[in-house]
Amino acid sequence: MSAIEENVMPHATVAAAEEVRMSVRGLNFYYGKFHAIKSVSMNILTNKVTAFIGPSGCGKSTLLRTFNRLHELYPENRTTGQILLDGEDILDKSVDATALRARVGMVFQKPTPFPMSIYDNIAFGVRLYEKLSPREMDERVEWALTSAALWNEVKDKLKQSGNGLSGGQQQRLCIARCVAIKPEVILLDEPCSALDPISTARIEELVNEMKKDYTVVIVTHNMQQAARVSDYTAYMYLGELIEFGETDKIFTKPVQKATEDYITGKFG
Amino acid sequence: MDSQGSAAPMPVKRPPLRERSQGAVVDTLFARTTQFFAFLVFVLLLAIMASLVIGSWPSIRKFGFAFVYTTDWDPVAGVFGAAVPIYGTLVSSLIAMVIAIPVSFGIALFLTELAPVWLKRPLGTAIELLAAIPSIIYGMWGLFEFTPLFGKYVQPFLIDNLGDIPVLGALFQGPPMGIGMLTAGVILAIMVIPFITAVMRDVFELVPVVLRESAYGLGSTTWEVVWKVVLPYTRAGVVGGVMLGLGRALGETMAVTFVIGNAHRVATSLLAPGASIASSLANEFTEADDPIYTASLIELGLILFLITTIVLACAKYMLLRLGRLEGTKS
Repeated sequence: MSAIEENVMPHATVAAAEEVRMSVRGLNFYYGKFHAIKSVSMNILTNKVTAFIGPSGCGKSTLLRTFNRLHELYPENRTTGQILLDGEDILDKSVDATALRARVGMVFQKPTPFPMSIYDNIAFGVRLYEKLSPREMDERVEWALTSAALWNEVKDKLKQSGNGLSGGQQQRLCIARCVAIKPEVILLDEPCSALDPISTARIEELVNEMKKDYTVVIVTHNMQQAARVSDYTAYMYLGELIEFGETDKIFTKPVQKATEDYITGKFG
Repeated sequence: MDSQGSAAPMPVKRPPLRERSQGAVVDTLFARTTQFFAFLVFVLLLAIMASLVIGSWPSIRKFGFAFVYTTDWDPVAGVFGAAVPIYGTLVSSLIAMVIAIPVSFGIALFLTELAPVWLKRPLGTAIELLAAIPSIIYGMWGLFEFTPLFGKYVQPFLIDNLGDIPVLGALFQGPPMGIGMLTAGVILAIMVIPFITAVMRDVFELVPVVLRESAYGLGSTTWEVVWKVVLPYTRAGVVGGVMLGLGRALGETMAVTFVIGNAHRVATSLLAPGASIASSLANEFTEADDPIYTASLIELGLILFLITTIVLACAKYMLLRLGRLEGTKS
């Protein structure tokens, strides 16, 4: 991991115990007329892993996607309320989506390598924001791939297509691509749902590593996964935030009956 | 399961194992029939090729390979060379592609990435309708409406502004007559745009939503998403669409015959009248009285057939190479 130490993280200040990175305030989300998220408020803490759990259609992915304004790609989507990133409302029209996405990166359910080489998959995002010399770019690519625990597997085939990798490798490539632009927050939208158990375990390990340098928000269908990787857990149901708190507490003695029913498998 | 609970199972009559059932016989018959139709295509292809070669044999024997590169076309003396129509076919199609590819790309892009939902359907349908117009209508419209306007406004503009540039200028000289190679190219472009656009739009829509979203999610602009992700992902389809358009442009007869001018000479200027293979065939078959004249025209047809085959083969080869360069492609 020496490569990581060489690249000083721009935001890797030692976090105060309870430093708030993102703050959701009274967020409502509408798909056309459908009210998908109902006045949700929560704080996402710096250098912690926050998990969103809940049954399908509860709005957890929708909530995640508003964090880097991906919902904007579809004009029928509408939001009210605020999401503050380091105190600034990112839903405000004056905030540039591109600049926001440099600070809040996203990894999707299915691996989505771009139709280009492994090297270019990483360099693609970096080139959007920075002008690096070829040497610096090489270093950045190696660093990103190392952070995603993929370097050793691909260092001899950087020029090959990203599509040639296995599913788990592809997903780590996507994580590397996200890490390469050095965001503050990394959003993971069910990153393991298309992966086998071994690949899943590697990604989970990686999530644990990542929280040293980043704030991670993960959506998952798998409650054991939430319990394993997260520090805080939010349980959502039908667009409402039912319960939000430290993962240990949510899973051992939840306050809400609904949460307990869900995590014990009585429901969902 | 309404019989649940009743003790005695109903005896079921099963067909004997070693007897071909009626269904199997029909299946075989069906398989043979489809096989027959599939091979019929082969036979037809070979038959067409053979009849072209046989029909053009007198001309092939008399002129040999020189037929392809000589420009004489003298029915009175009985001397024929195909260079003029070959040149006309290639150049008018090239002009058409130069215009049609970027325009189609733009339209397809707008339809898939940028257009608001309420506009997508009507616009897409309008483009498809453009493809439904018969080529004779394009020819008539081209000759009576488009050509006069083109000759009055566009061509003089080109002559005035581009005619004096050292090398390029040679392409834009001579009197603005309206008809000519450039006009044919423009009409052809209008005719192939719907085809190329339709294919491009369809393949752009095949790009998985997550792939597009993850490119946007990194902070790419629409341009970057299209240029770096959508286009490489759909390369095979895009090339296929372009080739479809090119194939149509090369063989288009009626519309081109109306506006190309039908002059058997090679002119540097794109504004001068020329002839394409298809237009020569359409114009001259009725007046070909001499056997060698007819044979030469058939040989023109053979050459057109070869050109389209070569274009298709090149496209296939290109796609094969692209696929190999990229390694395994999902």
